[in-house]
Amino acid sequence: MAALEYLSIQQAHDLLVSKQVSATELVQYYLDRIAKYDDKINACLYVRKKNAIKQAEKVDAKIARGEQIGLLEGIPYTAKDMFLTAGVPTTAASKILKNFVPPHSATVIDKLKSAGAILIAKVNQDEFAHGGSTENSAYKKTANPWNKNHVPGGSSGGSAAAVAADFGIFSLGTDTGGSIRQPASYCGVTGLKPTYGRVSRYGVVAMASSFDCIGPLARSAEDAEIVLKAIEGRDVMDSTTIPSNFKANHSGQYKVGIAAGYTDNIVMDAVRQHYPNTTEVELPSGELALAAYYVLVPSEISSNLERYDGIRYGARSKATSLNDTYTKTRDEFFGPEVKRRNMIGTYSLSAGYYDAYYEKAMRVRTVLREQFNTAFEACDVIVTPTTLGPAFAFGAKADPLNMYKEDILTVSSNLAGLPAISIPAGFDEATKLPLGLQIIGRQGEDATVLEIAKQIQANSDWHQRRPKL
Amino acid sequence: MAKLSKQEIEHVARLARIGLSEKEVASLATQTSSILDFVETIQASDTETVEPTNQVTGLSDVWREDRVVKCKLTREQLLANAPEQENGYIKVPKVL
Repeated sequence: MAALEYLSIQQAHDLLVSKQVSATELVQYYLDRIAKYDDKINACLYVRKKNAIKQAEKVDAKIARGEQIGLLEGIPYTAKDMFLTAGVPTTAASKILKNFVPPHSATVIDKLKSAGAILIAKVNQDEFAHGGSTENSAYKKTANPWNKNHVPGGSSGGSAAAVAADFGIFSLGTDTGGSIRQPASYCGVTGLKPTYGRVSRYGVVAMASSFDCIGPLARSAEDAEIVLKAIEGRDVMDSTTIPSNFKANHSGQYKVGIAAGYTDNIVMDAVRQHYPNTTEVELPSGELALAAYYVLVPSEISSNLERYDGIRYGARSKATSLNDTYTKTRDEFFGPEVKRRNMIGTYSLSAGYYDAYYEKAMRVRTVLREQFNTAFEACDVIVTPTTLGPAFAFGAKADPLNMYKEDILTVSSNLAGLPAISIPAGFDEATKLPLGLQIIGRQGEDATVLEIAKQIQANSDWHQRRPKL
Repeated sequence: MAKLSKQEIEHVARLARIGLSEKEVASLATQTSSILDFVETIQASDTETVEPTNQVTGLSDVWREDRVVKCKLTREQLLANAPEQENGYIKVPKVL
């Protein structure tokens, strides 16, 4: 049988079509790999064995009949536990959804199923996606495949670790303030946050609805693009979705702006190798963006998480009155960070504080969007390091505010709804851990961001480095 | 500097319907205060002339055809995740 380690989507597809490997063998390869290595990585919350094999057998039957198969047909993938998967447990890494088995799937899960992709595991994350290290999971701590004493990042830490450890060819994540890009950067994989509205959120556990985006974590920008094309588009079940638009600005001559203050950063070497004529641009203030983010997002969280009341689904604490049922359930089954964000959000939306916090932060959001518009007059994309440094050690950011500050380079694109990708672009000298380059595009110009990422990856091999498990 | 008192934390917890232990109230008073201090940064931004951003798509009044769609799920499937049920209904503790 052909070597199966770290296949790209196209490589796996070619192996299937040329019958060098069957879809069943491919699924079995990933299941074996998870069985062999996941006790060290702890990326998976639920492994779908029997049904994944069943789905693969159908693909094999199709190939045996001589029928054509699509590019994603028979391709095994993992999904963050935020995605509802019919008949497959979905917990959002929270105790409050411990025994929750959704009766239907998210639109994106259905779309991937129609395209023939095979879900093999649900993976770990920070509880309700609140965090930047996956340490806030109520179930387990996921290790960074490059150094098991370090975090994989978060909140889509399980997704990034699963791609880096080859537990599937790609993974689905969610990104509210950097939750796809930061773990992608920490684990040396490619992670794309599309333009807000590009991908339906129907059937995905909500965090902050005016920010949440869904996107792929993958081996390369090429694979990320294949997945995005399969999951994007208008959805009648999500009225915030925007029409498809996949035209890149194909002038061939992209103007790349490096964010002021980061021109000497090591990850910029990957940019300069391909784009010798970069300009320097002023990025909207990171501190201001972060402050506005940590008012608006907890506010939306406190509203979205009202549904976890112990009544219709999820865990319920024993209590004699209805009000005690609410308060006890939410005390017993929410983790500390979820409580903290609920408290901040409830406070900033409460009588007397709304204008000073929520309303003010919404105005700051406008200011930040205008600053981006100004920056994009001088360039087509803005590049920054994805994070200020490599993956940190477990427990290193125990203070909540220090953890929040991890998001300083990523939250701005969520505030403005812009597409942004993180691609591997070097290693930290001291820790030998991967570093990521972030490419931010104009609203709607996902294709441009992907095009530039592909051009850089065509001229470098950072995305082909693998950790020793 | 924003400094939340124990009483304020308890008030917000009541609004959020989260029961908190004494220990949690104390640690949240400190943590919430330092987070609120940090987000004070927004007060320095000049926002006199701008409108607030509620959402970024620019979409408004997204309509769909108003027709009845048959639910593919059965009552049993929809109730399967309820913590307690009786005779096809979700059971809750007494309200009054």
